[in-house]
Amino acid sequence: MNQEILKIQNLNVYIGDTHIVKDISMGFLRKNITAVMGPSGCGKTTLIRCINRMHELIPTAKVTGEITLYGRDLYAFNPIYVRRKIGMVFQRPNPFPTMSIYDNVLAGYQLNGVSLTRQEKDHIVQDALKKAALWEEVKDNLHRKGTFLSGGQQQRLCIARALAMKPKILLMDEPTSALDPKATSHIEELLIELKKSVTIVIVTHNIAQASRISDSTAFLYMGELVEYESTKKMFTVPKDKRTEEYLIGKFG
Amino acid sequence: MIKTNMPLRMVKDKASQGLVFLFSVLLAIPLMVILFYVVKNGLGVMSWTFLTHLPKPVGESGGGISNAIVGTLILVGLASLVSIPMGIFTGIYLSEYGNTKTAKYVRLCVEVLQGIPSIVIGIVAYVWVVVTLGHFSAISGGVALGMMMLPVITLSTEETIKLIPKTLKEASLALGVPYYRTMLSVILPTGLNGILTGALLGISRVAGETAPLLFTAFGSPFMNANITKPIQSLPLLIFNYSTSPYEEWQKLGWGASFLLISMIFCLSLITKGVTRKR
Amino acid sequence: MWTDRLQFFEIMFKKTLQVFAVLVCVLLGGIFLTLLVKSLPAIVSQGIRFVTGKEWDPVMGNFGAIPFVEGTLITSFVALLISIPFSLSIAIFLGEYFKQTWFSSVIKSIVELLAGIPSVVYGFFGLFVLVPFVRSLETPLGITPYGVGIFSAALILALMIVPYSASMSREVIALVPSDLKEAAYSLGATRYEVLRYIILPYASSGIFAGTLLALGRAMGETMAVTMVIGNSNLIPESLFGPGNTMASVIANEFTEATDKVHLASLIELGLYLFVITVVINSVGRYIISKFTIETQTQ
Repeated sequence: MNQEILKIQNLNVYIGDTHIVKDISMGFLRKNITAVMGPSGCGKTTLIRCINRMHELIPTAKVTGEITLYGRDLYAFNPIYVRRKIGMVFQRPNPFPTMSIYDNVLAGYQLNGVSLTRQEKDHIVQDALKKAALWEEVKDNLHRKGTFLSGGQQQRLCIARALAMKPKILLMDEPTSALDPKATSHIEELLIELKKSVTIVIVTHNIAQASRISDSTAFLYMGELVEYESTKKMFTVPKDKRTEEYLIGKFG
Repeated sequence: MIKTNMPLRMVKDKASQGLVFLFSVLLAIPLMVILFYVVKNGLGVMSWTFLTHLPKPVGESGGGISNAIVGTLILVGLASLVSIPMGIFTGIYLSEYGNTKTAKYVRLCVEVLQGIPSIVIGIVAYVWVVVTLGHFSAISGGVALGMMMLPVITLSTEETIKLIPKTLKEASLALGVPYYRTMLSVILPTGLNGILTGALLGISRVAGETAPLLFTAFGSPFMNANITKPIQSLPLLIFNYSTSPYEEWQKLGWGASFLLISMIFCLSLITKGVTRKR
Repeated sequence: MWTDRLQFFEIMFKKTLQVFAVLVCVLLGGIFLTLLVKSLPAIVSQGIRFVTGKEWDPVMGNFGAIPFVEGTLITSFVALLISIPFSLSIAIFLGEYFKQTWFSSVIKSIVELLAGIPSVVYGFFGLFVLVPFVRSLETPLGITPYGVGIFSAALILALMIVPYSASMSREVIALVPSDLKEAAYSLGATRYEVLRYIILPYASSGIFAGTLLALGRAMGETMAVTMVIGNSNLIPESLFGPGNTMASVIANEFTEATDKVHLASLIELGLYLFVITVVINSVGRYIISKFTIETQTQ
């Protein structure tokens, strides 16, 4: 059961001349929530963007090291293929403004030119929206544009959009940083529910959030992996002094 | 206590404000006068016959300018055909690769192209198309107008796409959607209103152009839909008729001016409507 | 494999974008080369006389461009001079004094309407309304009452470039950082003083660039000028006398030029117009982009 499906080995990332991620090696357990935390600018976002190769959008980014999914090197594939297997949710909710809720959920299929029957589509949409705990709220408005939804609902729509592709891993880049506390707790509950079916890696600068939802936590500081431990352990007996200082609010 | 001449300062303040106000409002007078004359002389000419008939020979009254209306539509259509897709692609390029050295040169070229006098564009279209074909033609006029539309569409596409949040592009790419589909199926539809505005701006810029058509489309008294033949257009007709000595023709010229101005104003109203919807 | 096909499309798409972009540069280069090559016959036969000659006589084969160069410079500079108080006032009106009031939206509409009127309609109006008006002014002043001429052309031209330079200046004035203005106000400055000592000095380079671009426009403007300038190929005798600009003589004579050197001479005029506007636009855009970057980094 507790098998490492995603493994990072000796990962270094440079953007231009800046060394952003310094020699990080870590594994991610299946159907677990792993939180990556640290002060802003510590390289946590860059780290997870390397997993689905979104860093390649920055022309000056250079990566060395290895990332494997089920033992297979992610960098041997086309990034498009990698991104279909590894979903991502961003800081700000970003549903496609020109599409209805229904089409937003199906965007991954439709934009990739996958043809589906009406039943298949209905099934995927209902399934993904239910998983994202949004179904009850939008089932009567499926064909309206997603822009009337609240921020929290929009973010859950984005989660549904990512889940619809049936990803092996869901990467979340501070998914609640643009939301109010109520919407945040709603999404946190959802994540705990979701880890039954998908492996989640979540970047957060919110220490409390990491402690509430994650199974294990990685603490990054200045591009280095300072400590990687089960959440319980780290929050009770941190090994590194820097971790301790961060947890009690000495920086960031 | 520092002493300043407060009354004088206040007078200066009020005076400057008054001057700015005066000059701004003064500008309304020529506009009113122009519109007054165009409406006064042009509105009376408006009729069904005017819109649907061909011009009558000199000496006969009546007649219409249907050939010029059709000609203007054909010329603008031809111009749009190449310049809209080309402008959109170049605009995407500029917004996506805007910081590279090549893109900076491309942007400079586009801006310079926008500043070239229309008469010079006319000369170039003459050399490229009229000399090659051996005669004046609608297609040469379309080429000239197209070159004038291109920068407008390019720059407005660039502006539009730059305003679309980066996160949208990332969302699409993160779903494993290829870059080209992301741009064509996500970014372009999102910016559709802005791009449409640019196209309409481009059209209203060239619809009233005369100089580049003088020796390309050239004008013709006949109804013509053959793009390899000379073709009439509203601005050309206004130029020819207003400088002619015949009062009947001058009347048609005022009518055509009224029509042309109405068309361009309608276009800009539509453009505004599109922008507001955004 | 399907990813290979996608890879192919990706590359094709990026290449297509590049091709279109490079095509624009090729287009501009092509325009220049075309003008240069097609004016060679005139450059060869007229040589330096083209730019120093005061006589333009197609029958005798003499092509000296001085009358048109003078005509262009005088009309556009006079037009610029007339337009500056108006365009600057409107820029200040819209960008500072009456920012975002209903009254500024009225002025804005007026400017937009003026910008929307086609050149040929300005010319038509000039010919039938402005020219008789100018003539009626000239008679009591004891000037030969042509009506048509440099002055009428400059008047129409001024009206046509006001919207353009006003909108350029307004953008520049809007870029003046508001904390600078607020600092001045908090020191007790009046609006006039803020305008005179803060806004205008700060925005001066941008306003200059906008004026330069407007000048470029005025020099290339053809139809309205052609219709009211009187089309005389002599050096203009006075501000009110008839003349011709580089653009208007091309419009007038191009279709009638059967002689090879005549046609080439007209194209050479076009070449110079092209070069002038390219220089003016590059300089103007450069100043404005520098100005924009400076204000944004502050």
